[in-house]
Amino acid sequence: MAAADGTLSVQIKVKRYQPEKEAKPYWQEFRVQVDPKDRLLDALNQIKWEQDGTLTFRRSCAHGVCGSDAMRINGRNRLACKLLIEDVGTRITVEPMLGFPVIRDLVVDMDPFFAKYEKIKPYLINDEPEPRTERRQSPEQRERYDETTKCILCGACTGSCPSVWANADWVGPASIVNAHRFIFDSRDRGANERLQILSDRNGVWRCRTIFNCSEACPRGIHVTDAIEEVKRAIMYGSNAIE
Amino acid sequence: MNYHKFDVVIVGAGGAGLMSAMQLAHNSSIAVISKLYPTRSHTGAAQGGVAAALGNQEEDHWKWHMFDTVKGGDYLTDQDAAEILAREAIDAVYDLEHWGLPFNRTPDGKIDQRRFGGHTRNFGEGPVRRSCYAADRTGHMILQTMYQQSVKNQVNFFNEYMMLDLLINDGQACGVVALCLRDGSIHVFHAKTIVLATGGYGRAWRITSNALACTGDGMAVAYRRGLPLEDMEMYQFHPTGLYRIGILLSEAARGEGAYILNNEGERFCIRYAPTMEELAPRDMVSRFIVQEIAEGRGIGGKDYVYLSVAHLGKEKIDAKLPDITDFARNYLNVEPYYEPIPIQPTAHYAMGGIPTDIEGRVVVDEQNTVLPGLYAAGEVACVSVHGANRLGTNSLVDLIVFGRRAGKHIAAKWLPEADFAPLPANPDGYATELVEGLLSRANGKGETQERIRQELRDEMTEKVGVVRSETTLLAMQQKIAELKERWANVRLMDTSHTFNTELMEVIELGNLIECAEATVAGALARKESRGGHYREDYQKRDDANFLKHTLAYRSDTPGQPDLRYKPVVITEFQPKERKY
Repeated sequence: MAAADGTLSVQIKVKRYQPEKEAKPYWQEFRVQVDPKDRLLDALNQIKWEQDGTLTFRRSCAHGVCGSDAMRINGRNRLACKLLIEDVGTRITVEPMLGFPVIRDLVVDMDPFFAKYEKIKPYLINDEPEPRTERRQSPEQRERYDETTKCILCGACTGSCPSVWANADWVGPASIVNAHRFIFDSRDRGANERLQILSDRNGVWRCRTIFNCSEACPRGIHVTDAIEEVKRAIMYGSNAIE
Repeated sequence: MNYHKFDVVIVGAGGAGLMSAMQLAHNSSIAVISKLYPTRSHTGAAQGGVAAALGNQEEDHWKWHMFDTVKGGDYLTDQDAAEILAREAIDAVYDLEHWGLPFNRTPDGKIDQRRFGGHTRNFGEGPVRRSCYAADRTGHMILQTMYQQSVKNQVNFFNEYMMLDLLINDGQACGVVALCLRDGSIHVFHAKTIVLATGGYGRAWRITSNALACTGDGMAVAYRRGLPLEDMEMYQFHPTGLYRIGILLSEAARGEGAYILNNEGERFCIRYAPTMEELAPRDMVSRFIVQEIAEGRGIGGKDYVYLSVAHLGKEKIDAKLPDITDFARNYLNVEPYYEPIPIQPTAHYAMGGIPTDIEGRVVVDEQNTVLPGLYAAGEVACVSVHGANRLGTNSLVDLIVFGRRAGKHIAAKWLPEADFAPLPANPDGYATELVEGLLSRANGKGETQERIRQELRDEMTEKVGVVRSETTLLAMQQKIAELKERWANVRLMDTSHTFNTELMEVIELGNLIECAEATVAGALARKESRGGHYREDYQKRDDANFLKHTLAYRSDTPGQPDLRYKPVVITEFQPKERKY
């Protein structure tokens, strides 16, 4: 129900983990009065600043470009700063992302995630002598990998993937997205190395095309499609990379 | 206490920090300390582009870029620094391209370039295409590309470590002290060289484009250790922040042809700046907007105007401005294909900061005496390349040019002759006392951080915004003294050592208050209007008395740092009236 000033009373149920106090996670409910146009992040800040300073979550840019505040919101991985209260309702459940070790409350350990990212050699590989000016690339060649350059490494896709939940060693969707970004870049010469890495048992084949990752991506990347393109590149060789 | 030893410790993992790291990673022992995971750094929020006179689209010369930078800065820019910025931007952009940055391309495969505010051909004749860009996520691509290169070069990162103190001994910088957020432990990093690259302090204002992490940590830490802060009164308010929220809508929109409209649907910028129109520099466009609102031509009589991109067409909007149009949809429920976007000026960028020379070395007085072992680059630093007003895209240029220069200077000139200065006695004393002091006050009496934060932000917005006066600044000076006292007694709710973000926020708030103090004092003493600093009571620029840089040194009197001044470096372009 909206109050006279247009604000809403919202119930936010948070899965908490306070390792210095309690060995096990527990649920806690908070109630806040917020503007429907507020972000969920604003509501979490309001709780932290006005009610309970121990509520712990990461955040930085607050507009969906830094990737700090990915969390599981009403069962789906989202960025708390991209989600408006009016779009999520007045009863909200917030948990840490699945598939990551929890450090405290909504803060998860991202180190294993970045270690997997590093595995796929996420940097331009090209040992040819550099020209004095730019390497040429046509607008069409540039367009080929445009979408996967949008990745902000928030982990929302990886944390939504049942194959990741089942097998912590799996490289996961975010790493494949970043491999895709280079494999399909006409300036890059490392496609074969990366495809080799991704063809092993913890590579692309553990993807079961469930599409959770695509739904979770706050940047609108069609993650599953990118993974399929990498699969095809492995099967059909570099001919598929054009 | 945990002890670490490296040749070079870089604090901050945004564009400037990582660009320095790239110059050093091959052959020195280096560590990068970052309050965030590196890819969360605020460089990633930059949108429009990075200027370099490549001349890919039309004739352009670095000297034109240098001139625009000097004029844009209302002649407070040090011209030796502006020359380096404009010249070296070209190679630095090619470096980024060679590292894989996905720039948009021209039909013949070169880096595409577009117009941006204040960037002109032939010394002011009209707009020029100088901004190299990757859609409207250029900063994101720079940050990603540099982080990718850091992975390739196996840089040591200490992620989620917050710097609390800077150590200086025997006249040399010798280390930093940091809090590890994950377990609350204190770490001393002993080093021959420290590079401060911690960014700005936009969170001192309520309406800001800046991330929550932009709290002036590097500036405040240096200021507390007796180093000056330069030209802090020169703070930029970007004209096109999303109404109420402050999220940036890139100047690239106007570079692509967007209009700014008042309640009569008039493109009022044309009235004020007939040559550059909407692409006049940011300080001016922000003032035009404030003026229109003051004269009752805000939309519906309110404190905002419109940015309109609808006439550009869907195709161009989607190709060139996808992110910012998404912001309008997501946060204001406005469809930019058809509807204008409500905007207002938003606190955006610190032209001032820790003074450095053109090699990135921190200097401590009017004579530019170098403090050996200490460097600063990016928004935390003041070279001064932006003077009184930064041009759009020149922040990214600053990061890559001066981050690179600092790194190169350290590698070629400083490290070969440098040695470790011994740590001072009790090196972690200040930091440990700060943290333990705050934690020991947890759950006691007294106010929590929230009111202090709100009052700082609200009053900075009201009193130290686009327009200032002696009355507002004096009131703010008093307010700051009061806030400092209240901060010293602030109460925490969280006593945990595990990822205590309340502790982090309270320390950040203390840092913001220090930055605000220097800002207000500089603004109060500068009885003129120049660039981003506009005084209602002194509306003209006064070169006879104020063509000089402010240096603010922290004093024992809260709110009142000691002010000193140093001359502006003028090489080629004599100060003239600024017209666009």
